[in-house]
Amino acid sequence: MKGYNVRRWKDRTASLLALGCVLVALVPLISILIEVITRGAPAVDWTFLTERTKSAGSTDSGIGNAILGSVLLVAWASLIGLPLGVLTGIYVSEYGDNWFGRTVRFFNDILANFPSIVIGLFAYSLIVTVVGFSMISGAFALAIIMIPIVANTTEESLRMVPNSLREASLALGVPRWRTVLKVMVSNGRAGLVTGALLAIARVAGETAPLILTAFGNNFWETGLTEPVAALPLVIFRNAMSPYADLQEQAWGAALVLIMMVLSLNVVVRLLTRKRLKNYKAVKKTWKARLSLSG
Amino acid sequence: MMGWSKGKQGRKRGRASLEDKLFKYAVMGVAALVLALLWALVSKLVLDALPSMEAFGIGFLTSTVWDPNRELYTALPFIFGTLVTSAVAIAIGVPISIGIAIYLSELAPASVREPLSFLIELLAAVPSVIYGLWAIYTLRPLLTGSVEPFLIDTLGWTPFFEGAAFGIDKLAAGIILAIMIIPTVASVSKESMMAVPDSQREAALSLGATKYETTRMAVLSYARSGIFGATILGLGRAVGETMAVTMTIGNANIISWSLLDPGQTMASVIANNWGEADGLMLSSLIEIGVVLFVVALTVNVFARLMIGRVMKAVPMTGGGL
Repeated sequence: MKGYNVRRWKDRTASLLALGCVLVALVPLISILIEVITRGAPAVDWTFLTERTKSAGSTDSGIGNAILGSVLLVAWASLIGLPLGVLTGIYVSEYGDNWFGRTVRFFNDILANFPSIVIGLFAYSLIVTVVGFSMISGAFALAIIMIPIVANTTEESLRMVPNSLREASLALGVPRWRTVLKVMVSNGRAGLVTGALLAIARVAGETAPLILTAFGNNFWETGLTEPVAALPLVIFRNAMSPYADLQEQAWGAALVLIMMVLSLNVVVRLLTRKRLKNYKAVKKTWKARLSLSG
Repeated sequence: MMGWSKGKQGRKRGRASLEDKLFKYAVMGVAALVLALLWALVSKLVLDALPSMEAFGIGFLTSTVWDPNRELYTALPFIFGTLVTSAVAIAIGVPISIGIAIYLSELAPASVREPLSFLIELLAAVPSVIYGLWAIYTLRPLLTGSVEPFLIDTLGWTPFFEGAAFGIDKLAAGIILAIMIIPTVASVSKESMMAVPDSQREAALSLGATKYETTRMAVLSYARSGIFGATILGLGRAVGETMAVTMTIGNANIISWSLLDPGQTMASVIANNWGEADGLMLSSLIEIGVVLFVVALTVNVFARLMIGRVMKAVPMTGGGL
């Protein structure tokens, strides 16, 4: 076999190349984590976390107002986005087997991959032109980003509930709407929580739409119709500033933000794995029962 | 849809059926509301862009002037910047992503597959503004110190690598975008490779093919349109990405073929000029947003159709064998 050595060599090289691609992609991730921790940690102390942002040169400047602003923005966004997303997901999963359902699903998929700056423009056009740069316009933009994420995960988790549970509930005479709410939503609960956390993690780091809507603020502002501070905005503005102390604060804010976002992602991951296991277990028992009875 | 009984008995029950109808129309109403909201937003956006559309017409897309003093605003430099940075991102990011997808779906031992996939997906979880921060303070010294001098020395005679190593330019933006599209392209490609029926692989292996030949002949050719769809999806992400690009591209409203010159994308010009824009300039920025919207919509619909077709086609063939 003359060509065999050449072919084996090619095979080895290709495998190494593929592994190399994985390692190359992990370098930025690891580098970002190391940089954010080593550059950010010196900036983070109690004053930093509790004081409001001040101009360059102040010794007691912090990101307390930005943390509060981010939490409020995400809370308002969740209040608008989560119910709309969950109900849309329920519709598509339970009643969506028609052209309208498919249309909703299609646009949800499209919206999920949409540039967030365009969504920021939407919110600007609709709300900022009326009330000015404000918390509510920022929350509205973030809510629109949340809807497709929540709708898609809701739909998926409802699809994972075994059909036999639906049928059992219907066979007992439970009306369809209660079947959906009780059996399905309670069985798909972990999925709903996962979707909500995922959406929150996504919008917590969104910056572009906030530049166009919430704008940022150096003070402790919590009013719905006032401009409000947010962590990503502080990172952006300070990173672009020429002052070393502001740049250090950008890294400190980045550390706080990345910790929030990554821990949410890890929680989601753990929940999803547990859910997949449960799903497989349930499916197995139902299969076993069906085969026994058959 | 999930096997709900469509028989007559279900519909006959009086009380339950009224409540059922109410519930159904309530959730349907919410779904319709979301669609209506989208429609309202798009039309409001177009309405706000009208002054700019009337002032500049089709020349908005083909002319290169951006001059607040003369109230002249056109978008070609930004369209150009978006195209160039996205092309760099695809050229660097897609081959790496395909390598990752091949490793994760064909080569990786089962024990590392899960954790590695998770780490790759974490790249998508890092907020865009943190990518920008990292690019300014970590990637830039690397580019100015070694990468760009090397490119100037070896490829400086081409029009693409003329100029000085400054590190805040289209190349930096393209590299950051490449990193950011990797998780999307890699995971969708991986999905479409994993959807290739094992019988395909077994057939190739049984003919004596090596793992590499199996992957090339049986897996890649089969998953081709899925990988293509994944690439388009990555393109969609690169086109609309704002913060990391705004922070790295240098924000110059010029058209230059050299990757080492600064530029501006459609998304970054909006983010950069937002605070001080009003009147016609604001309307022009919104029109750029409308153009970005149309581009993103086209790209995403196309990607969705490509991926949808693969995912639909796979079970049919797989189940039939």
